[in-house]
Amino acid sequence: MANYETHEHDVLVIGAGGAGLRAAIEASAKGLSVGLVCKSLLGKAHTVMAEGGVAAALGNVDSADGWETHFRDTMMGGKMLNNWRMAQLHAQEAPDRVRELEHWGAVFDRTKNGKILQRAFGGHTYKRLCHVGDRTGLEMIRTLQDQGVHQGIKVYMECAISKLLKDGDTIAGAFGYFRQDGRYVLFKAKAVVLATGGVGRSFPVTSNSWEYTGDGQGLAYEAGADLIDMEFVQFHPTGMVWPPGVRGILVTEAVRGEGGILRNNKGERFMWKYLPEDRRNEYAADEEEAKRWVDAAMKGEKTNDRRPPELSTRDNVARAIYTEVKEGRGSPHGGVFLDISYQDSERVKKKLPSMYHQFKELADVDITAGPMEVGPTMHYIMGGIRVDADTAGTRVPGLFAAGEVAGGMHGSNRLGGNSLSDLIVFGQRAGAGAAEFAKKIGGQPKINEADITAAIEELEAPFKRANGLNPYDVQTKLHEIMSKYVGIFREENDLKQGIAELEALQAEVDNAKAQGTKLFNPGWHLALNLKTMLICSQAIAKAALLRKESRGAHSRLDYPNTEADFGKFNYSSSLEGGKMALKESPLNEMPEDLKKLFAKKEPAHA
Amino acid sequence: MREATLSVFRGDKDTGEFKTYKVPIEEGMVVLDAIHYIQAHEDPELAVRWNCKAAKCGSCSAEVNGRPSLMCKTRMDHFADGEEIRVEPLHTFPVIKDLVTDVSWNYEVNKRIPGFTPAPDADWTFYQEDIERVQEFRKCIECFLCQDVCHVLRDHDRKDAFFGPRFLVRTAGLEMHPMDTLNRAEFIKDQEGIGFCNITKCCSEVCPEEIHITDNAIIPLKERVVDEFYDPVMMIWNKIFGKKKQLV
Repeated sequence: MANYETHEHDVLVIGAGGAGLRAAIEASAKGLSVGLVCKSLLGKAHTVMAEGGVAAALGNVDSADGWETHFRDTMMGGKMLNNWRMAQLHAQEAPDRVRELEHWGAVFDRTKNGKILQRAFGGHTYKRLCHVGDRTGLEMIRTLQDQGVHQGIKVYMECAISKLLKDGDTIAGAFGYFRQDGRYVLFKAKAVVLATGGVGRSFPVTSNSWEYTGDGQGLAYEAGADLIDMEFVQFHPTGMVWPPGVRGILVTEAVRGEGGILRNNKGERFMWKYLPEDRRNEYAADEEEAKRWVDAAMKGEKTNDRRPPELSTRDNVARAIYTEVKEGRGSPHGGVFLDISYQDSERVKKKLPSMYHQFKELADVDITAGPMEVGPTMHYIMGGIRVDADTAGTRVPGLFAAGEVAGGMHGSNRLGGNSLSDLIVFGQRAGAGAAEFAKKIGGQPKINEADITAAIEELEAPFKRANGLNPYDVQTKLHEIMSKYVGIFREENDLKQGIAELEALQAEVDNAKAQGTKLFNPGWHLALNLKTMLICSQAIAKAALLRKESRGAHSRLDYPNTEADFGKFNYSSSLEGGKMALKESPLNEMPEDLKKLFAKKEPAHA
Repeated sequence: MREATLSVFRGDKDTGEFKTYKVPIEEGMVVLDAIHYIQAHEDPELAVRWNCKAAKCGSCSAEVNGRPSLMCKTRMDHFADGEEIRVEPLHTFPVIKDLVTDVSWNYEVNKRIPGFTPAPDADWTFYQEDIERVQEFRKCIECFLCQDVCHVLRDHDRKDAFFGPRFLVRTAGLEMHPMDTLNRAEFIKDQEGIGFCNITKCCSEVCPEEIHITDNAIIPLKERVVDEFYDPVMMIWNKIFGKKKQLV
């Protein structure tokens, strides 16, 4: 029997990005003992990569903005498949959560009259994204980190959770290991918050870090929670395409928010062609109008001109770029051109400093002197663990989820900037929900010794597979399947083939081996991560097969239209009798006062 | 196909040696790509930290041919053909395994810095020109390369007495925040040990975010400490007009 150490907390938060930190701060502020587990060092979570800004209807730049418009934009962006209550709470509470960050020391860029500055982003009617140049996520995570460390939260760094433990139906804790030395650890907790982020590592070209292996989705699924909307995978339109070593790294949407223009190899500004008919009148009619909008935006002046077509929603821009490349109008390295070099170079360096350095150092491209090459990269999953909007509780009592790991908020497509606000709004709610649950149940739940033994056996297994497979080879196979059959455009036969190959891959995942010792062993860690990566990949592919329509980020070549009938439910996946079962789960009816918001005509300009 | 030769430190806190690997070169490749190639094809046990691969998270710090660097930002084509590329862990912190060091001391030190303290009745109006300097400090990605190269920490191992450039930058970010009301001068002098810094600027040289650590953060903090504790004119001024609230 292997040894393990034990820690006890009222609330255990797994994941220390924006959502996890905010949840931990909330539960701790309520006087509870909080443990915060992170797979990397503290402050390295994927939130640091978020660039463009945090969406909140403060109305500092466009005074007509308010939560109703933000709510409407979010629901329209998600093609009405969102959990309306989440979208409502998000739009209503984001301004307070942003101001709270400022009061905790975050230093957002300012307007001329000393308020938080806001910039334009795709799908947002008004200039709504509070930002710090193009490193908004870093500002947020550092602020939360510094606020958290003074609150007595116990942080367990480089610690990975492999199993959630239950007492009957109710959550009782979690089991895992420290990456540094492989020692095992048991956490006893009255409530657990999952805030582990996304699933990007299931795809070969992604903006996501190594940590995004779908841990939270997989852990919750195994513990009895259900996953919804997993077919909705967001391909960010602009990732780097060259050099190969940096393929997939994000090029922030702020480049387009600051006036960046997309062109194909014929020099055509192709986005005009791809605007959806029902929203075409919200965008500039021609080059002149788009230019007037950009000039006004640069000067911080109001205008009645409409926004450039590059500020269409992400799903739309990603498909447009994909189509241009596929039809032979792409750039030399398989992307398209994104150009901001027509603007004042000092301003570009000041507003987009990370982009300037990223291209200069990694691609030898000076973005103030010429265009960048960009193409779609897997960036985000809208789907995730189904939660209650108000408490962030899952269907497993005591288990909560917030941030990218949770589903529902973004529907079929997420607007840029809504992720950072999602983290703080629902991080706070999950922390409060978990704290309330923990207070109610009193003593620590019981942990079954047999569950611990099983968890240890699972962790040890990769070392016992003498004839096992190299986990990196298995991961490469997974990547090939996902990119070939479950990518940006999907169709029936591909999806069926993909699902069959994913099912066959299970045996290889179960036979991935580790060698050497448990001391900081990346091969071992990957062998363990493959399990949740495969669970998420299967949920994505199976839901994508069932959704016989195109909606938001989900594009079916064989069903190119959005169908009203598919707008009435989400697909949910759960573990039933040892197998993944998919069900239709009907959307809640939106109350009349919210429905009215969609009848009201908003001014088209921003 | 062109090949690079990497000599990578393999070992733990007790023992280790450099091991040589041949890695095929792809255009635009960085040192971290080469390390990932070794992991996937030759040595899945090779330990390295990384997250973003875009110089934004500060995880993949190492010493490449003796220079503290982010591996994700160090391009292979910076080295001559046939040149052996030597990759080793940061020297200032104890090795855990291979390229991974124990940087936990930094997190302990950070906890001791008195946090942001705004006035309870602040109205939160402040201007871009008031925050330019603070925003520079807040670009820090905590790669700890400045801590690695600081000779007070590296050669003299005075972690007991000196917080190092990273945490002087963090302190400067708090002290120069227009809404902060706390006076950390005594803390900077006695706890952070700012007197140990003798302004060799090595930290500024290695900073991947190009923060002017010495000129913009450390020297102004030194001046504050001098004003507060060693300048007779300022001492009289403070006596007459009072000074910023002291730490309790």
